[in-house]
Amino acid sequence: MTGKLRSLDDLRRLRNETKRTMQDRVGSEIKIIVGMGTCGIAAGAREVMTAILEELAKRNLSVNVLQTGCIGMCQQEPLMDVVRPGEGRITYGNVTPRDVPRIIGQHVVNGQIVEDLVIGRTD
Amino acid sequence: MEELALHILDLVQNSLAAGATLVEITIVEDSKANCLTISIADNGCGMKKEFVDRVLDPFTTTRTTRRVGLGLPLLFMTAGQCGGGLSIDSKPGQGTKITATFELDHWDLPPLGDMAGTVTTLLVGQVEMDLLYRHIVDGLEFRLDTRELRAQLDPVPLTEPRVLTFLRAYIQGELANLHGGG
Repeated sequence: MTGKLRSLDDLRRLRNETKRTMQDRVGSEIKIIVGMGTCGIAAGAREVMTAILEELAKRNLSVNVLQTGCIGMCQQEPLMDVVRPGEGRITYGNVTPRDVPRIIGQHVVNGQIVEDLVIGRTD
Repeated sequence: MEELALHILDLVQNSLAAGATLVEITIVEDSKANCLTISIADNGCGMKKEFVDRVLDPFTTTRTTRRVGLGLPLLFMTAGQCGGGLSIDSKPGQGTKITATFELDHWDLPPLGDMAGTVTTLLVGQVEMDLLYRHIVDGLEFRLDTRELRAQLDPVPLTEPRVLTFLRAYIQGELANLHGGG
């Protein structure tokens, strides 16, 4: 019981802290999309999603993270798409949690595509 | 699927596709009865009886990108291999409830796995779906209701990466307590 109460206090503290820093953040127009169909899940999409959340939390970025179903490229799951405003949609394939900090640091933050992991582009 | 938690993640995607705004995940581990029960109930669009009758067949799907749907058939197979079964209760316009049972000490029972990761992943990007997660181990209960969390967090959205990362650690800790590891 005490554990639960302490966590609720932590939640309130986190709320206040996040509320304070929410205004001066960048990145809210950027989208990250993860394939969460049966094929994606079986290939490790949940672990990729968890790594994305951790990296965004660490860098305090307010990127819009979304999920999508199967898009028919099951053999290359887990798929992670990055869409920056005014640029095309870049699809990364066979993504592992270890690739996530690189994709976020290099592409999401600095706008440089991680070429060796790209499997598709749409304009 | 290597974990039961991954089956759950997969099946709730069906609830989302059905337009559910509330999904209830209930896991009951009863060691006296040697039974594990997992149920997923949603208030989505439901299925007609003819569709329910066919839904365990892998060649039944509503998707358009492929002609197979493996989510329910995979869980059906796992439950069957573990001395249990699967039932589907669905009404058009009201919702669907899937209940899977397993023998708790069965050799082939996959590990429950990372339920904290499953729950937080489900919440990513969800502004219109709420989740009630109840996990009961021999009478001890952990309960998480995202409607309450949203109220506590307002105006910070539940979908904030920092909030979801916090939530994952919180659920992990609470489940460890339930299983006597804390």
